[in-house]
Amino acid sequence: MSKVYSRIESIAGNVIIVRADGVRYGDLAQINTSFGTSLAEVIKLDNDLVSLQVFAGSRGISTGDEVRFLGKSMQISYSESLLGRVFNGSGEPRDKGPSLSENLISIGGPSFNPAKRIIPRNMVRTGIPMIDLFNTLVESQKLPIFSISGEPYNEVLARIALQAEVDLIILGGMGLKYDDYLYFKETLEEGGALSRSILFIHTAADPVVESLMVPDISLAVAEKFALDGRKVLVLLTDMTNFADAMKEIAITQEQVPSNRGYPGDLYSQLASRYEKAVDIEGAGSITILAVTTMPGDDVTHPVPDNTGYITEGQYYLRNGRIEPFGSLSRLKQQVNDRTREDHRPLMDGMIKIYAAYKEALEKQSMGFQMTEWDEKLIRYGELFEKEMMDLTVNIPLEQALDNGWKILSACFEKEETGLRSSLIDKFWPVDSLKNKAGQE
Amino acid sequence: MSTTGKVVGINGNMVSVKTDGNIIMNEVGYILNGDKRLKAEVIRIRGEVAQLQVFEQTRGIGVGDEVSFSGEMLAVELGPGLLGQVYDGLQNPLPELAEKAGFFLERGVYLEALSRTKQWSFKPSVNVGDKVNAGDCLGIVPEGPYDHKVMVPFNLRDEYTVVSVVSEGPYTVSDKIVEAEDPRGGKKSFTMIFEWPVKRPITLFDERLKPVEPMVSKVRLMDTFFPVAKGGTYCIPGPFGAGKTVLQQITSRHAEVDIVIIAACGERAGEVVETLKEFPELIDPKTGKSLMERTIIISNTSSMPVASREASVYTAVTLGEYYRQMGLDVLLLADSTSRWAQAMREMSGRLEEIPGEEAFPAYLESSIAAFYERAGIVRLNDGNIGSVTIGGTVSPAGGNFEEPVTQATLKVVGAFHGLSRERSDARKYPAIHPTESWSKYNGIMPVDHVKYAHDILARSGEIEAMMKVVGEEGTSLQDYIIFQKGEFLDVVYFQQNSFDPVDAAVTPERQKKVFAQILLLLATELNFSDKEEARRWFYQMRQKYLDYNGAEWRSDSFKKYEKEIADILQAKSLGTDKRAASILEDLIK
Ligand SMILES: Nc1ncnc2c1ncn2[C@@H]1O[C@H](COP(=O)(O)OP(=O)(O)OP(=O)(O)O)[C@@H](O)[C@H]1O
Ligand SMILES: [Mg+2]
Repeated sequence: MSKVYSRIESIAGNVIIVRADGVRYGDLAQINTSFGTSLAEVIKLDNDLVSLQVFAGSRGISTGDEVRFLGKSMQISYSESLLGRVFNGSGEPRDKGPSLSENLISIGGPSFNPAKRIIPRNMVRTGIPMIDLFNTLVESQKLPIFSISGEPYNEVLARIALQAEVDLIILGGMGLKYDDYLYFKETLEEGGALSRSILFIHTAADPVVESLMVPDISLAVAEKFALDGRKVLVLLTDMTNFADAMKEIAITQEQVPSNRGYPGDLYSQLASRYEKAVDIEGAGSITILAVTTMPGDDVTHPVPDNTGYITEGQYYLRNGRIEPFGSLSRLKQQVNDRTREDHRPLMDGMIKIYAAYKEALEKQSMGFQMTEWDEKLIRYGELFEKEMMDLTVNIPLEQALDNGWKILSACFEKEETGLRSSLIDKFWPVDSLKNKAGQE
Repeated sequence: MSTTGKVVGINGNMVSVKTDGNIIMNEVGYILNGDKRLKAEVIRIRGEVAQLQVFEQTRGIGVGDEVSFSGEMLAVELGPGLLGQVYDGLQNPLPELAEKAGFFLERGVYLEALSRTKQWSFKPSVNVGDKVNAGDCLGIVPEGPYDHKVMVPFNLRDEYTVVSVVSEGPYTVSDKIVEAEDPRGGKKSFTMIFEWPVKRPITLFDERLKPVEPMVSKVRLMDTFFPVAKGGTYCIPGPFGAGKTVLQQITSRHAEVDIVIIAACGERAGEVVETLKEFPELIDPKTGKSLMERTIIISNTSSMPVASREASVYTAVTLGEYYRQMGLDVLLLADSTSRWAQAMREMSGRLEEIPGEEAFPAYLESSIAAFYERAGIVRLNDGNIGSVTIGGTVSPAGGNFEEPVTQATLKVVGAFHGLSRERSDARKYPAIHPTESWSKYNGIMPVDHVKYAHDILARSGEIEAMMKVVGEEGTSLQDYIIFQKGEFLDVVYFQQNSFDPVDAAVTPERQKKVFAQILLLLATELNFSDKEEARRWFYQMRQKYLDYNGAEWRSDSFKKYEKEIADILQAKSLGTDKRAASILEDLIK
């Protein structure tokens, strides 16, 4: 029933225009070119002029190539057979497995009814003190890692994925370096998690446009599994590449850019993906951890800026550590009152003293007089960075809390910590580390 | 016969339709797509082609799809039963939608905003023979904590003579309650429900008044330093994570107004859920009923269709004006107006209009101005006073206030509560910048008192900046004390712990009392031998004040701390600043 057209009216950027009837907005078409076939999506209709965004890019397309409309929008197969498989940005197998076509579901579906949402309530344990103790990750949270390229953000993602107690991991890669793709695959395999993972991978070598589908495909599949009762963790890396692909299309379409070339709907586009994170009453959940690289380490760049306005906090990765300042989990207060009674006070108290340490450092660098108190702070700061911030530290929350007390008691008198006396009585270590630490 | 048309083009959420008859600007049309009817609004007419923004995802719409026009502008239903509701931007009740459609917001499902079966006990206030005009009260029904006035529909131009009235008793909103006759003898029957187009302000009042009475928020920094008047407007710009939403949430709980309308416009759905789950459990001290009963939530969150986001702020303000017509004080909190402005920008782009700065449309400023102009305090035709106060958050790109939405908003609002990244990073909440923010309204304190405190703060800031260069050792004791006074004011008065049951909401009475004591301290010349002594003293004082702030009003511990504070101050006093003489005299009075 699908009609074939063999006259392309215009080609600009990755968008082609053909004359056709009976086409619907968002429909897919297949283009047969001399170098193979590519999917394309209808992005504009003007009477019989149909604009199509070509996933494989328009390079090499001839005005005489065949365009076949498929009469449906993008769909993906949903079943248990997805587990352990690797697909590309168009949902076709990237591994040697068979292509799947049963039980097709639409992508980019409607949004969750706010009235049906529940208040998130479960902590996701990561073994990273800067997360578990200071900015707890919560099931159904949407949270990006902000960093410059070159930081070990993919390592952090993989590590959290392996450590988190989730039923299913979906990795959506956009513009992923091939090495990073292999790294993810191997790490998941070694960690015994590949069989409960699904990978949708668009690599840096693939046509840019093809990355546009990755978040929607990943999240549509995640949504179905969540409705079926699974706890799903979706990893999206790198959302800046996704935004850049949108920018490219917008510019081809001659849309007026709003900010540094990005389209005016960047916020809505990112939000419609991130808002898929949800905890479903009586069923499963979707937690989204993403990577947003910041061009020029500039947090006011449109991509991290819009992301920060959408997500429920962010982890700042800088110099291989998660920074205490700037990092924020907006949902932490939903869970950290039920972990251990010293969790909240230690979280606030230790950061306050760390801030004082930073001031002491500044004082030191300005050449001002250092007091005894300043010296204590500097000692504390060094211990804090070593025991809490170093990403090689991998311990449960409870142990991180105990370490917190050890650090405090190694540096300060009880009343210098600003913590309530009732807590100090209960948690202050008896054989204080003071002497030991002093000998180091 | 109403106008129909056919789709001729689709671009994102904008659809072009070729029509066969008359079209009204802002008229609602429905695109027939399969078995669905997708709601849309006319936003431009060019010859026989109308361009419509669609309130749904447009996927699946094709050229040639039929469109039927309603002949009506986008409107909301007004009547009893609005309070306590959770609506989307087009007044669809979300809980009922969930019952009908499940977890997801399926396209093309539109429900009645007000229940047609719920019975309200109506008590008429007109008699046969009475003459009534638009907006006049026909009777009342109790709704939550208030008497809901059932009014003559606002769009009627004639004077009507009442022909019959139902007797007191239970009726549904669609039951006829009054029959009347127009001057030409035409019959008209009134129910408790009618519609009003959201983009037109309701102007049925005698006179617009100047906003002078403070709208108490129980946030110290707002009430004392940057007050908002009933019927006034204010904005809260701030970078992401600075605390805009939390500040509005606190205000929505504690503000001394009759009705709060929360417009969650293009922000996170999760934040609405917190309000949704908590408000029914919280008791409003003023009415003794749950907070939900004085609240309406318009929730058009970031992943919901952009066109209905654009409509949502108008829906919210229209509901506000409706309750204002009953002589009530309404507070509308919109989070975030930037998302609304962005919705306008998206549509403008699709219409290929000539863009202004940052691609916002040229009419951005006038749209923002027109929205805030719908706030106001008015004397109604029956002599009662009603008000709508509007507070909007602004989410400036990059946290930089030099951008079109913030700038356009600052031109029209009466108060500016700018949130600062440095303050929120330092966990100094609420992160309202104490020297850059401003208000044109009068608050609960005399102006010269506030100014005195403010001057010390400004001086303290200067000294702090200098200290960063010359170090503490290069600062005089005198200056160091002023620096400490400024810090003290910040810690014990500006900062407020919204998680502490007592400190979260401070009554004007208590603010006056505490502020008087703080002024006394600020105006006292203190006797210290060195900076170390000064620092210790201020730390001790701070600690006392924090405990004091946490003590129940007029409780024993409250009085105990008060006494201790006075004693500690007295012990170091060398007398008071002469420039503060008149202020201190006021305080004694
Ligand atoms: N008054 C406050 N007291 C304590 N914590 C606060 C306060 N205000 C904000 N916070 C903290 O800051 C976080 C972010 O605040 P909020 O959500 O209000 O920011 P926002 O300005 O609305 O950000 P966005 O623009 O991204 O929506 C909160 O989750 C909370 O942890
Ligand atoms: Mg917010």
